[in-house]
Amino acid sequence: MLAYVLKRLLSGAITVWFIATATFFTMHVVPGNPLSAEKAVSPEIRRNLQARYGLDQPLFKQYVLYIGNMLRGDFGISYTQQNRRVNDIIRDHFPVSALLGVLALCIATAGAVFWGALSAQFRDRWPDTLIMVAVIFGISVPGFVVAAMAQWALLKLNHALGFTLLPIAGWGGFQHMLVPALVLGLGVGAYMTRLMRSSMLEVAGADYLRTARAKGLGAWRIFFRHQLRNALLPVITVLGPAIAAITTGGFVVELIFAIPGLGRYFVQAVQELDYTVIMGTTVFYGAFLVLMVLAVDILYGLIDPRIRLR
Amino acid sequence: MSEPSTAIAPELLQPAPPRPELESSAHPGRTYWQQVARRLARNPRAIVALSAIVLLLLAVAIGPWLYRVDPARLGLGTAAQGPSRAQAALLVRDSGEWRLAPAPSDETPRAANALAAPARVSVDSANTERVRLYWQAVPGATRYHVYRNTHAPRTRSDLGLPIGNTTARGQVYYEDRLLLRPREYFYSVVASDGVDEAGAVATLSVTPQLAIGWLEAQLQGLVPASAEPSQWREEKVLLPGHPLGTDYLGRDLLARLWYGGRTSLFIGVTAALLYVALGALYGAVAGFVGGWVDDAMMRFADFVVALPFLLFMVLLRIAFGIGPGESGVLPLVVALLLMSWPASARLVRGQVLQLREEAYVQVARLAGGSSFYIIVRHMLPNVLAVILVALTFAIPQAIFTEAFLSFIGMGVTPPTPSWGSMSNDGIRNLLVHPAELMWPAACISVSVLAFNVLGDALRDALDVNVQERL
Repeated sequence: MLAYVLKRLLSGAITVWFIATATFFTMHVVPGNPLSAEKAVSPEIRRNLQARYGLDQPLFKQYVLYIGNMLRGDFGISYTQQNRRVNDIIRDHFPVSALLGVLALCIATAGAVFWGALSAQFRDRWPDTLIMVAVIFGISVPGFVVAAMAQWALLKLNHALGFTLLPIAGWGGFQHMLVPALVLGLGVGAYMTRLMRSSMLEVAGADYLRTARAKGLGAWRIFFRHQLRNALLPVITVLGPAIAAITTGGFVVELIFAIPGLGRYFVQAVQELDYTVIMGTTVFYGAFLVLMVLAVDILYGLIDPRIRLR
Repeated sequence: MSEPSTAIAPELLQPAPPRPELESSAHPGRTYWQQVARRLARNPRAIVALSAIVLLLLAVAIGPWLYRVDPARLGLGTAAQGPSRAQAALLVRDSGEWRLAPAPSDETPRAANALAAPARVSVDSANTERVRLYWQAVPGATRYHVYRNTHAPRTRSDLGLPIGNTTARGQVYYEDRLLLRPREYFYSVVASDGVDEAGAVATLSVTPQLAIGWLEAQLQGLVPASAEPSQWREEKVLLPGHPLGTDYLGRDLLARLWYGGRTSLFIGVTAALLYVALGALYGAVAGFVGGWVDDAMMRFADFVVALPFLLFMVLLRIAFGIGPGESGVLPLVVALLLMSWPASARLVRGQVLQLREEAYVQVARLAGGSSFYIIVRHMLPNVLAVILVALTFAIPQAIFTEAFLSFIGMGVTPPTPSWGSMSNDGIRNLLVHPAELMWPAACISVSVLAFNVLGDALRDALDVNVQERL
């Protein structure tokens, strides 16, 4: 097990290095350099900044400097937000995104297990059809449309009730998180529901279920201990991609619901062409996703020993 | 325990009667693709999805020919409106400030609550370009406040929008030019002593006639640009209708939907075709060559997969840059191509590796078949099914990505409509004019839905296993 984890850690580190390198060279293709923007920076500051980032040096040296800074965890200074380091932006705003993401992931997973299992139990009958129609819609409607509709519906609901049941935007308590997390979890949850359903149906035909029934075990015990637990395995494998989908889905949801998460700052940085923030956030998110996929794989290895043997 | 009978009834030894229903279901002589087509045709969902796709493609292809409205034409007088039919509008000459002779009146100061309501409030002209009101001076008043409401005021505090007040002494008229619509308004005029308003109110109902200013009419091409106002005889022009309403700049939504659909579907289909083709080629080479080449190629594909997809789409989009006057469609297609090929590469490689071990491929090789022959005769037809399914799922993926990027302002550049950028525009006005978001959003959803359903049906019909991509 240890060898497996170490091997995965090493390949994860190489992947992060590749992401950082790709980010560096992609951004280097951008015509001009960030300091040549029309923003009025005094020559002294420009020279200092150029020396700090080595922009006066050859490409390879810049690259070495950049990787060195990354290794020390220094993502640089924002070009558009005065006096803010990219590290500060990530530290201040990532927890908000993470909280929203975790909530969304919980909603998506719990919902997917419940609806997927229900759908499989009622295979080809009306509850199954209904759930699968909902799933197809969840997959096909873009996140920003769902978010906008939810906000609009919430506004109308608050209006009709005459008081604010749930706020339509902003950040604060749990009441602010509920609707954005639901919206964020919807698309991912739809995919996972479909996966859960087919996984449940696959397990339903397994020999050990027939054995369990032949032994005379109770229906509930068979369902929970034998069918559901085994059907959960494929759902766990997609947790990695699910986290990635929720992360990028968060950009839009944070934008629409005015949530001060990292995603919103990334979109803002993109619109303002704040190079350091774009690069820093990309590498940070890349490393974060690699780490998450790694964690899911290790978790999977712990749960299913067959994986480790490969 | 009784002895089993060994005697067989003679009728059981007779040949079974012919059963035509069994023979017809065996499809002798039908090729694989004919069977696939039959299976697809029997699936009602596939038929519905396929018709939806054909309809959408037809609509965006011939729509702009049938409905010739410029999607970029602004209509500042008709911004963010619901559906409307073509209607005649009064052509109004543009004029300067409206002035009437001052009405001399008794101006001995009086307390505000002693002021009477203005008498004989009348309309000079009432159209959507301007509403002109005048009234009789109130003794003691130094100024008048004018309010506008969309319903008859119920109480003194229900006069509606305070649109302005008179500025000069003896001014007993007011011209309202503020966002007028052809509907009934209730104007209230209140006298004031310069500090406080009187309690007495005179209210008048006015229904402005639909009108368009001369300059705006020329800009929109309703009146030739060379025409002279003094020589123009026609009093009215026909304003174009907007079957789906207008967006926040008064542009026709239906026209923008056609052209936006062209952009979105073009990006979706072209990018998907290109990257599935590239991925398939890459995967086929890796799988066919095998060995360390395969290892290296697939390791590289793994790295590309590990790049955060949408963030890198944004990075690439910035890196390519967009010059003035460019639509930004090409950079999007190239970025999609660069980022999305590994999925189909993996798929095809897996298939090719499996096929290499198949007996008929081995036999072909033993019989002296060249690599080219094996690829064309055996590999390609067998991989085609997988590629086709991957393609059907790649198209909605690409449409989704375009919509997302345009939504955060990193897709096509503004004058070019796309369903994603239209949604981005629509979301600003969501709370007052939801239709502006609903139409492009519905188009994205329906096309993605149709391609997804078709992909599912195709997968079942071809009976191949394609790993679902989240």
